[in-house]
Formats: sequence, structure tokens, C-alpha cells
Amino acid sequence: MSKKITMPLTEKTIESLKAGDEVLLSGVIYTARDQAHKRMCEMLDKGESLPVPLAGEVLYYCGPAPRGKRIIGSCGPTTSGRMDPFTEPLLENGLKGMIGKGRRSSGVAGSIRRNKAVYFVTAGGAGAYLSAKVVSCECVAFEDLAAEAIYKLKIEEFPAIVAIDSKGDNIYDKY
Amino acid sequence: MSRKIDVSLITAKVAELFARANTELRPDVLEALRELYEKESIPNAKSMLGVLVENAGMAGKEKIAICQDTGISVVFLEIGMDVRLSGGSLKEAVDRGVEKAYSDNFFRMSVVPDPVLRENTGGNTPAVVHTDIVEGDGIAITVMPKGFGSENKGKIAMMNPTSRPEDIVAFCVGAVRDAGPDACPPYALGIGVGGTMETCALAAKKALLRPVSSVNPAPHLARLEKEIKQKTNSLGIGVMGLGGGSTVMGVCVEALPTHIAGLPVAVNVSCHALRSASGEI
Ligand code: SF4
Repeated sequence: MSKKITMPLTEKTIESLKAGDEVLLSGVIYTARDQAHKRMCEMLDKGESLPVPLAGEVLYYCGPAPRGKRIIGSCGPTTSGRMDPFTEPLLENGLKGMIGKGRRSSGVAGSIRRNKAVYFVTAGGAGAYLSAKVVSCECVAFEDLAAEAIYKLKIEEFPAIVAIDSKGDNIYDKY
Repeated sequence: MSRKIDVSLITAKVAELFARANTELRPDVLEALRELYEKESIPNAKSMLGVLVENAGMAGKEKIAICQDTGISVVFLEIGMDVRLSGGSLKEAVDRGVEKAYSDNFFRMSVVPDPVLRENTGGNTPAVVHTDIVEGDGIAITVMPKGFGSENKGKIAMMNPTSRPEDIVAFCVGAVRDAGPDACPPYALGIGVGGTMETCALAAKKALLRPVSSVNPAPHLARLEKEIKQKTNSLGIGVMGLGGGSTVMGVCVEALPTHIAGLPVAVNVSCHALRSASGEI
């Protein structure tokens, strides 16, 4: 049975999530992939404030296909590991959750534990299926990056699995 | 007698094939996923395989991309030697077809013309085009949108000529172990053995065009396929890294003549969204 989770993630919710739990996520998340991560970290380095406040928020590693006449195009996760070099500063700045696919570095796993955050994985390559779980989509930053811009998504019962929980337990530790 | 073919026909065919490849999962791949679903015993891995089958159904019905990464556009052309092309450049005709498919169908533009500057100019072009001249007066076109989550996991080794089949197997299994859960397993593996560095890599990519569960007619290569499949499916990665035996849905090995001093081996990893479509003019 999947646990139903509503964003924003509270401390209590985060603590209740255990690696391996199947969840259905509802609420607001923001997409960000390679170039948006690079830019956000450059802005933090320069002491600038980010275009979206990250405190308490969840990032989805996703570059959606264009929407056409739909709410959003195909929108599955991209490989999380490529975001590893940029993730620790974002967690230090209050990011609470991430959704992607695949493994994270030990540095990121440690930072998830220290900052009491959570890392979810969702069905890689099931972009058509996942697009039906998105009820609204709006570009909120870095519009020039097209698919790599930051989109604010409202999702309903979006399926995911807890891959790294706030205690640092990790479903991929066996590799 | 030569047959005159206007390149606009190539544009139209390339556009049609990319639209199909990105929205309709290959029947052989769907069949392989269904089989894994039936066999899978780990509950959340089984439910994810169910999602993948459902995803393919939705994409086909609603004509949207199976995966948002609609890939870099790889095109294989076999042009008959009795064909005379007219009406413009072949390369441009292919690129126009790609642009048309990707803009008409709202596929994601994922190609940056310069790898260092990385500016995305849209259009998903230039396409990667491989052309062969063959007998006859027709053109056979195969398109393959290749996602980069899995392309990034490819590997090539210039092995010693004294290497044994076990060494080839070990290298290929290692590539899957390194890919782990990151590139959307269940994977299909296209493996090139022999040739030169570049033809080996190309043979690996072309092997992915074979039906995913097909077996190489040469017994020694079929044995390699079988062993690589067995060993990779014992790694315990499974769909989405959830464990279980659904790590690799198919292994296709293609061999090429090579030099006495070497044994190139290339592994081209494909995710479960293994997409291609073929047509003729
Ligand atoms: S690896 Fe394949 S299925 Fe996964 S996101 Fe990339 S193209 Fe899609």
C-alpha cells in the first residue's frame, strides 16, 4: 500500500518516510535539471538569491517535453547522479526533497541525512504515464533554458519510492 | 536504369518514422516487458513493470512521447545504387524531417550543435546519419531516437586478441554493473565484437535494431548472448534498481572481422524505451 504524502513536506512527514516506502505525492514541486542546477549554484556562490525560494521545497529532476495542447508533455525523471555536484549547496539552503532516478553520491547521501531531507525515485522512462499525474505546469524561472527551465508543477498522486530517507538509509546501498 | 527520387520524399518518411518511433513502443520490446512483468516476483518491481506497460499504451493512444527524452536522432539510410537523388541535399532533407517530427509532435529538442558552448538551437538537429550504398533502386530508412541516460552508460574496450569469451562476457557484465539502476533498466544491450574502434561501436548500436529477444544464428555468438543475459540478470539490479531478475530484457551480439592484434568490444546500453522504426521509399 502506498502512503499518501502532501507537499510541502513537514519535518514529521519526512521523519516518517523510510527507504523502500512506496508513496503517492501531491502538491507543488519544481523541475530543475543540469543547467538550472549549475545556474542556481553560481547564483549562491555570488550571494544572489535564487529565482525560487528552495526552503522546504521539492525539486524534480525533469526536463519535460513541450506541452502542445496538454497540461504538460511526457515528463519522467532524468538521471539524478548528474545533479550530485550541485546538490549539497541546495540542501544547505533548505531544499527538503528531490525526485529523480538512480543512485546518489555518498556526499549527497550524507547531506540528505544531516539536513533531514529525503530522496525519492520515480518510474524512469514512464513519461507519458507520469504526465497524467500533473494537474498544472507553469514556467517560473530560466525560461531561456526551454526544457531545462524551472517549471512549477502541481501533482496529484504522483507515484514514487523513497530511495534515501532522512536517517541515511538507502535502497541502493547493495551496489 | 536509374530511379529519380526527390529528397522531399526522404524528409516526409523521416518525419513519419520519428513520429512513430517516439510514440509507439516496438512490439518486440513491449512483448519483452510483458514477459518480465509476468515473471517478476518482487512486488514493487512488478508494479513498476506494470507502469511501463501502461505507459506504452498511453503514449500510443494519446500520441505522446513514450519518454520525455526523445533522444538524439540517429538515422540509418540504405540507398540503392540505381537511385538518383534530386531536389537538394540529402543531409538537409533528413534534418528537415527530424525538425518536422519533433515540432509537429511536441517532442523535446535535446540536441546542442556545439558540445562546449551547449546552446540549444531547437529542431533536434543535426541528425546522426549513417549511409550505406546497396544494390537496387530503393531507399530503406531506419530511425532511432536514442536517449542519453542510457547512451551515457556505453563502454568500449580494445581487448587483447588472446582474450577468451569469458573476458568478453565479464566486460559486458561490468558495463551493466556500472550502469546500475541509473539508466532505466530493464536494459537492452547491443554489443559489437571485432572490427575497428568506430565500426565496433556502430555494430553495437545497430545490434539494438534487432528484435530484442532474437538470437544470433552463429552458435558461438548466441552463447555469448545467453551468458551475458544470465550473468547480468543475476546482478540483482532489477527494474528501477528495486532488485530481482528484470535487469536486462535482451542481449544482441554482432561480430565483425578484425586485426590479429586486437579484439574491440563495445556495449551500447539501451533503456527499456528502446525505440526505432523502419520504412522504405
Ligand atoms: S534512459 Fe531511456 S527511458 Fe530513461 S529517461 Fe533516458 S531515454 Fe527515457
